[in-house]
Amino acid sequence: MTDESSLHAPAVSLTALTKSYGHGKPVLKGIDLTIQRGEFFTMLGPSGSGKTTTLRLIGGFELPDSGEVFLNGVKVTRLPPYRRDVNTMFQDYALFPHMSLQDNVAYGMKIRGVDKAERTERATKALAMVHLEAVGDRRPSQLSGGQRQRVALARALVNEPSLILLDEPLGALDLKLRREMQVELKKIQKQTGITFVYVTHDQEEALSMSDRIAVFSEGVIEQIGTPEELYERPASGFVARFIGSSNILNESGGEILLRPEDIRLETQDYALTSDEAGLSGLVQEISYLGPVTRCRVATTDGDRSVTAMVPSRQARGLDENMAVRAVWSKESAYPLSS
Amino acid sequence: MTDRRKLLGHLALLLPPFGWLTVFYLGSLFALLLSAFWQVDSMSGEILHEWTLDNFRILATDSTYRVIAERTIGIAVLVTITDIILAWPLAYVIARKVGPRMKLVLLVLVALPLWSSMLARIYSWRLILGHDGVLNWFLRTAGLPEQSFAFTNVALWIVFTYLWLPFMLMPLVSALERIPASLPDAAGDMGATPFQTFRTVIFPLAIPGMAAGSVFTFAVTLGEYVTPMLVGGAGSEFIGNVVYSNVGVSGNIPFAAAYSMILLVVVGAYMLLARRFGAFDGA
Repeated sequence: MTDESSLHAPAVSLTALTKSYGHGKPVLKGIDLTIQRGEFFTMLGPSGSGKTTTLRLIGGFELPDSGEVFLNGVKVTRLPPYRRDVNTMFQDYALFPHMSLQDNVAYGMKIRGVDKAERTERATKALAMVHLEAVGDRRPSQLSGGQRQRVALARALVNEPSLILLDEPLGALDLKLRREMQVELKKIQKQTGITFVYVTHDQEEALSMSDRIAVFSEGVIEQIGTPEELYERPASGFVARFIGSSNILNESGGEILLRPEDIRLETQDYALTSDEAGLSGLVQEISYLGPVTRCRVATTDGDRSVTAMVPSRQARGLDENMAVRAVWSKESAYPLSS
Repeated sequence: MTDRRKLLGHLALLLPPFGWLTVFYLGSLFALLLSAFWQVDSMSGEILHEWTLDNFRILATDSTYRVIAERTIGIAVLVTITDIILAWPLAYVIARKVGPRMKLVLLVLVALPLWSSMLARIYSWRLILGHDGVLNWFLRTAGLPEQSFAFTNVALWIVFTYLWLPFMLMPLVSALERIPASLPDAAGDMGATPFQTFRTVIFPLAIPGMAAGSVFTFAVTLGEYVTPMLVGGAGSEFIGNVVYSNVGVSGNIPFAAAYSMILLVVVGAYMLLARRFGAFDGA
């Protein structure tokens, strides 16, 4: 390894990684991935799609069957976790129950032989960053879930690694706390400039926090892109269905994607303009969601249906079994490559 | 009103076991305590119900009893330490390294000897350790010098260690099983080598398990008298053997009671210590 190569190399580079457990099905079927320095990168997918396994291979907790892992341009495929400049925030936080918060945060420094004064100072600072400096002498069992999550973050940040792995760190929190932490995590990531690799199955979380997202499905990456790219130009039906809610219609040989917010409802006798398309049918389900109302319209034979999201103010007159025409501009229909 | 009836119902459920324990357990302990301060008429052999500290004075001054007490406690400590050392590797493998099937097989193998009589198992050790026993036959065949452990403190140490090993192993296994896999992962993640992870995370978190196991290896060894009788020699008497001979042979129950009190105090103190280390926490 030379300084030259590690200076310009990406934070993480995975080439053709495969992994299977025991005699079961393969979990990863060839993962290629490059993560740039300072990126907030999210691996998104349903459970069992291989995103957590990929994270564990980057951290060194598991070894791949084949393929290579590079961190900052250095091959680390076979190195154990303690020889990698990476810190992880675990799904269950993995705080040491027999140590105070202060000692939990200072653990890595103690292991590396940092002297006590510096250890205490840096741990206190890291705890202050997550607003827990006042309770540093408590044990993890005396904290709420949200507080534990903050300690785990402080513990990962304090060692100033070049890379932090986050394994569904917000999964156990309630919705309000989760939103707050999303904002805070993103803020801290920007402040510190540390590369974040984030695993989640929550597409909304992924869209709101990430610079780029890799969508995993059954051990392969379906698409890598910015949130906008994934939402507006999904590479496959799987991505289109997984990111946001979507209508996928079969039309003249190909599948097209229609986002529910691009559909409006008109009266039955509405005349389509030349750049519009539509579907006539009966209102099937109406769900009031506050600012918008979700409404499914199905043809009378039930063969085809679309779901529309319309501003609630415009949905007031709607009723079930009302005959309507769902209308969208042809421009907003995105053809999916199969 | 219903609260009160509920309370009465609970009391009714508690009464039989508590009554039993009060009368037969605490009652006999209390009788033991009382009789320790009585003495035996040396002429008639009758128990004199007069208060005296003579029993304790003899125990404090006669070095024989001090040596026996030291031996009892010393061997109990040694057995505990040996069992901890022997139990660790196996407990670690059972708790963290093998699949559920293999785990079951190993646990059954560990528990298997407990289904046979303890006496039979102690006697079998006499066959192994005896002068013409299995061990010496093996050593002779291998061309090694023979041992003469039979009827010594070493024999006692070996047999006790064998007898109580499963009782150290089981709580240690369950303590290790309770450590989430993410904790050693996290330690390694922050730079700890496997040995550092063991020293700073796994071992401290297994202390309650070892403390629970030591309640058997230490406290039960302390009160033993059968094993010293069968595999120990002339110089391997335990406190329990002195108590036994004073009750049976010489009929000096007050002295036996006084000596037992020492055991009770040591065990009581030990239990408090074990509790501090979490031996009784949520097992």
